[in-house]
Amino acid sequence: MSVPRFWRRIKNLYNLIGTHCEKCGGFFYPPRNMCPKCRRNGIVNPFKFKGAGVVVTYTIVHTAAKDYAKLTPYILAIIKLDEGPSLTSQVICDHSQIHIGMRVKSAFRKLGEESDKGMIYYGTKFVPMEEKA
Amino acid sequence: MNVGIVSYGAYIPRYRIRVEEIAKVWGANANSIIDGLMVFEKSVPDLDEDTITIAVEAARYAINRANINPEKIGAVYTGSESHPYAVKPSRTVIAEAIGATPDLTVADFEFACKAGTAAIQTCMGMVETGMIELGMAIGSDVSQGAPGDALEYTAAAGGVAYIIGKKDQVANIESTYSYTTDTPDFWRREGMPYPEHGGRFTGEPGYFKHVSSAAEGLMKRMGTKPSDYNYAIFHQPNGKFPTRVAKMLGFTSEQIKPGLVVPRLGNTYSGSCMMGLAATLDIAKAGDRIFMTSFGSGAGSDAFSFTVTDRIDEIRNRAPGVETLLANPIYINYATYARHKGKIKL
Repeated sequence: MSVPRFWRRIKNLYNLIGTHCEKCGGFFYPPRNMCPKCRRNGIVNPFKFKGAGVVVTYTIVHTAAKDYAKLTPYILAIIKLDEGPSLTSQVICDHSQIHIGMRVKSAFRKLGEESDKGMIYYGTKFVPMEEKA
Repeated sequence: MNVGIVSYGAYIPRYRIRVEEIAKVWGANANSIIDGLMVFEKSVPDLDEDTITIAVEAARYAINRANINPEKIGAVYTGSESHPYAVKPSRTVIAEAIGATPDLTVADFEFACKAGTAAIQTCMGMVETGMIELGMAIGSDVSQGAPGDALEYTAAAGGVAYIIGKKDQVANIESTYSYTTDTPDFWRREGMPYPEHGGRFTGEPGYFKHVSSAAEGLMKRMGTKPSDYNYAIFHQPNGKFPTRVAKMLGFTSEQIKPGLVVPRLGNTYSGSCMMGLAATLDIAKAGDRIFMTSFGSGAGSDAFSFTVTDRIDEIRNRAPGVETLLANPIYINYATYARHKGKIKL
């Protein structure tokens, strides 16, 4: 990920800020500038998701791209947020604990880094709900 | 003073390594080390945790605990000796992640283990003078100990955030006093991965001189004595130092007990005595008085006197307490610890 590309997404990655169409009630993450249902009639505003959701499905990655090699094996899951949209994220927990339907909550973690000399990218991952207040 | 703690939050990674596990690798006598340090285990960051992520979690708990509007926070100062970047502020990440940007000032503080309390003092001054409504002071570290060095048994990970303000205080800061000299007992040169220290030199001329001088200096200025306080917290690089300095100053073991978290946590450096204060606030009652003295090698100490207000009962349980964060640890072996700490280079 290039630095400018990361910088443009900081608010979305750090605080799960997506968008909400006030006309049809749709929620979008990553954010959409235009509501796919209401099109030009939609009223789309930024929306901060609470960060609670459920694991829809998951896989355990043993062979990863170079930037994620230090983290293997790690859990990659599709998480459906309580407000509706789904996103892909790592879930940080014991591998025997992960299951479909597991309640999870957002946590602030390192997403990756560009070698020892490069930028460190931060953002949202998920942990089991019971770990957090 | 008309300034105090409005909210607080702590964060401790779930991983722990026992002293026996480290001693086994280096052929050391674990019982002797445990007896000498009064530390049984220490916290270890996850592979994707660092000073910034720990500080953000602590800061978010502090905001949630008192339902603070982050846009009212006019300053975020974080003390650490393990900032991930040598050049680039860590605190911009934290300020953005708690939703406090852009109308605020931020800076990284560094003064060994007392950078966090120096941040509290800075926020106090800015709040007292009306420059800002609320200031956030954080102590956060993923402290480093060289393989086989004495520090490796205690250098831990954790962070604590305090929101300082005038309204809705949970603990009023009655006064603060600092004692500082140039005493080179601990250092890390630019580019070096691990700190060096003066061994026993860190004790008498470093820790004990500065902590006792700051504590006595504050009590003298306030006209208070150890028996005036319900609780006391002293910087805890190990269990032995704070226990000894408390006795030297005339505090009892009962007064320091709630805040002495180091035996199960290790030394969280900039978060060390601030973590002890959080653990004490977790159990304190309205009207209780708390005495705290930090220590930073190099060297200096900041002493504080607090009085707890009745608002503590209202907000205490809205975020996890230190005991909750210490519970249910995941124990790891030395190889996993070495991987988590980046001691193994791929």
